[in-house]
Order: sequence, then C-alpha cells, then structure tokens
Amino acid sequence: MSISGKMKPGAGMTEYNFAYLDEQTKRMIRRAILKALAIPGYQVPFASREMPMPYGWGTGGVQVTAACLVPEDRLKVIDQGADDTTNAVSIRKFFEKTAGVATTEETARASLIQTRHRIPETPLTGDQVLVYQVPIPEPLRFLEPRETETRKMHSLEEYGLMHVKLYEDISRHGAISTAYAYPVKVEGRYVMDPSPIPKFDNPKLSDCPAIQLFGAGREQRIYALPPYTKVVSLDFEDHPFEASKADQDCALCGSATSYLDEVIVDDAGGRMFVCSDTDYCRARRAAGHVGAQGVPHEEAGA
Amino acid sequence: MTPLLQVRDVAKFYGGRRGCEDVSFDLWPGEVMGIVGESGSGKSTLLASLSGQMAPDRGAVIYDTRDRGPVDVRAMSEPERRMLMRTDWALVHQNPRDGLRMGVSAGGNVGERLMAVGARHYGDIRARAVDWLGRVEIAADRVDDRPTAFSGGMQQRLQIARNLVTGPRLVFMDEPTGGLDVSVQARLLDLLRGLVREMGLSAVIVTHDLAVVRLLADRLMVMKEGRVIEAGLTDQVLDDPQHGYTQLLVSSVLQV
Repeated sequence: MSISGKMKPGAGMTEYNFAYLDEQTKRMIRRAILKALAIPGYQVPFASREMPMPYGWGTGGVQVTAACLVPEDRLKVIDQGADDTTNAVSIRKFFEKTAGVATTEETARASLIQTRHRIPETPLTGDQVLVYQVPIPEPLRFLEPRETETRKMHSLEEYGLMHVKLYEDISRHGAISTAYAYPVKVEGRYVMDPSPIPKFDNPKLSDCPAIQLFGAGREQRIYALPPYTKVVSLDFEDHPFEASKADQDCALCGSATSYLDEVIVDDAGGRMFVCSDTDYCRARRAAGHVGAQGVPHEEAGA
Repeated sequence: MTPLLQVRDVAKFYGGRRGCEDVSFDLWPGEVMGIVGESGSGKSTLLASLSGQMAPDRGAVIYDTRDRGPVDVRAMSEPERRMLMRTDWALVHQNPRDGLRMGVSAGGNVGERLMAVGARHYGDIRARAVDWLGRVEIAADRVDDRPTAFSGGMQQRLQIARNLVTGPRLVFMDEPTGGLDVSVQARLLDLLRGLVREMGLSAVIVTHDLAVVRLLADRLMVMKEGRVIEAGLTDQVLDDPQHGYTQLLVSSVLQV
C-alpha cells in the first residue's frame, strides 16, 4: 500500500497523513476494532483523539472511519438517513479533503458508510462496512450511573435492570415507548446500545452481511457486530418487540415500507411524511414511483 | 437440622482499628437474631461482613444453600454470591433511598428482583408486584407512583416488599425502623413480625432500639467496642442483664 506514515512535503496532500489520523493512532484503533469484532457487543476502550469537530458531531465514527479507510474506498456519509444534512456534508468533505477518497450518495456503490441514527433501506452486502456514530455506548447508563457497576453487570450478565426500563415504559405508557436506541442482546451474551437508530432499524442489525462498527468518541469506546451476528431486541413475552414506523406512505416516492420523517410544511398544522433515507427515495422516484404529493422524476429536473 | 447461617470467629478491621472481632453464632431456620449496641459498637460492620457487602478479614460465614448445602460465602465465586444476594437473601437498609431505585415506579422496584432472575412476562411481574404491595399495606393504585411520592414509612414498606418478592430465606435488616415516628414504627414492626412468621424467615436485625428486638428477635447479642459482650434469649437478656453495659443499656430506656 502506498500510504506512508510520513508527510510528503510538496505533494498534493501535504498537511495531513492519509485520512487525517497518524498511522500509530490508526493502528491503536484497528486493534480496538479487531477486539470488538472478536467479542461482539463488548465495549472496547480506546484512546480517543481530539478531532477537528466538537464531541457529539461524530468524533467516534470519524476515527473508526479514518482507521478503516483505504484509498480504493468509496465513502458515503448519512445523518438521519440523509446525505445532504450538515453533519453528513461536513464529514464527507472532511474525508474528501484529508483522504482524497471517492464519495457517493448511493448506498449500493459505497464500500464504507458512516451513519448517524439510521441504517440505509437498501440491504447491505458482504463487501461493505457500516460505521455508526454513538453518543452514549452504555445501554445501562441511565439506570446505573456507576461505570464500575455497569462493567460488573456486563461481565456477570446481570441484565435484569434493562427490563426494569422496559417495564417502566409499559406501566407508564401502556406499551414499550422506547422508540430509538432500543437495547439489543448480541449472540445471547452482551446487551448493547445500537446507537440512537429508530427501533424500526433494529431487525436490520441481525444477520447483516456487512461489518457493523460503533464508535463513541467522547466515551472512548468501540464495539462491533461481525457479519451474520444474531441480534435480538429485548422485550416481554406479553409485550413483544415491534419495529414501528409512521403509519403512512412516503409523500414523494409512495414507499409503504421505508422509515419516514414527519415534516411540518406550514403554520396551519400541515405535514407530510417522507423517506428519511434520501438515497432510497431518490432511487425509487428515478425508477418511476410517485407518491401522493410527489411529481414525476423527469419534471422535477433531477 | 443444619443451621441456616453459621458465623465463625468473624473479624473486620479498618486499618489498625477494630470494626468487630471474635463474633460467632448459629442462626437456625425461622429464627430472628437481634444485634444491639451503641453507635460505633460494630453492629453495622458485622452486618455488612455477614451480608457480603464487605469482606471480613478473618473467620467464616457458612450459609446452608438450597442446592449445595453449607458453603462458605467468602469462598463462593462472585456471580454465585450476587445471585444468592438477589434470590435467597434480602437486605433492608436503614435509609430506604439506599435500597430503592428512586427514579423507578413502585411496581418496577418490586419487579426488579423478579426480572433479575429471568421473569419476562409483564402481566405476571405486575400481578406479583401488586400482590406484594398489598401485603405491605400499600394501595394497589400507587403501583405506578415513584417512591419519591411516598412517605418515609411507605418507602420502608416498599423496600421490604422489593426484598421479599423472590421469597428469600434470610433477611438482613439494618435499623429497619430508624427515622420513623413511633406509630409508624409500631405498624412496621407488626407487619415485619407477621411476614417473618408467615414466611418462616430467618433474620438478622441490627438496631439500637431495644423495643424492636423485644418484639421481633428470638435471640439477642449485645455488642460493645466490636465484641459480643452478652448473648442469649431476648427476654432473658433484657429482663436479667448480666453484663454491666447491658444493664446500663436496659436501664437507659425511658419508661413512659
């Protein structure tokens, strides 16, 4: 590989090493990733670096992406499913500038996808890597504030407390109202926070052919799901897990099966539901699907 | 018959300072042992050493487990010990805030132990929580209220329900009536006495309140400066104290 740890003065990309991080840091992160893949769902501590963006903007995901990128990669970055939101655009530009890799908005063409809060609608394949940005990696955190205690609970598999949270949901709202960051059990062992993806996406975590990596920068943790890992959403026998979405079709592409965002369109209570995955919606419209409020693809001039 | 709990020569030191030393006793099934003494006499240290919250420096605490017979608690693996603590044992703290999850509803508090041992049916868990709230005289319509909305006495009763829901055989209580006014204390003691008799519980109760042990305890140990200075049947010790300190303790109780 032509990547060198040294900077090459005078060459096109002089300011940074390939993909911003120095090779020693990448090596450290890769070791954490390998360990995480070996123990699915286990949170591996790593020495998170300061990144040129604030915590909460995906510093963990960016470091994992930087450690995984090779020059041949084609990168896609999404934020809440969309390719064109601030977070997605700035991270994509960051890697265009520091790694010079090709980028794409098409899920199927990407080899590495960094995501915030969604799993793409298009099924992932075995030659793709999905990198999640994680704010709070510890699923038990809001129930048990002590890190020493939560580590012990993980190591001894004491997960009764997780069900107390779901119990509280049902007792207060009549149903499990946790709609995102819905806790899952990985291969019957570790309880894991799948990052704040909607619970609609939870079934996609399981048996996925792609490698799924989770990076939490501020909390300095990396965890992972190797391909075809069994991931089960926690529930009660009489209140089974349900992957919920808005009970509508996409107003633009008419999809009845994709996860929808609710968009307020005026001050009179008007609203529309559109696919949160912009690439999926665009591809469907290009294929001729038109929703209730959509216009045919050619007329839109896209 | 084997004793449920055999305590042999337990000692705990804080650096060079003695927490408790040379404590030995047997607790038989269905028996309630009271431990009294002044503040700093080592009662709470002893209780923490027995109940697995603290590791004693010396001695053995042998518990008669359901499946394996008598086992030294100190020699158990940690998962085993923690499992024991949330199934067969119960620990009632003096301050209910230490023993309850204040951010979780009463039903969730009672259900936590059930879920910890694998209950996964919401309807069943809730039914048992409501049943237990009834047994400790908390109205069923308070099941979704948080403990912060409860009075001190109710919080203490909720803590007891939360501990007894898995049907433990041994209960450790640290000043269960501390901080409650006398009428509430009386009701709580009545409730505890009923539950202990009804469920055939064994208990170790630490208190400085002689009235509590008089009502609840079958046997009594008096502690001073980390050592047991007198032990015997409750009525015997309280009515005919032999040691000078016990005499002082008994005579210090105000008669109304």
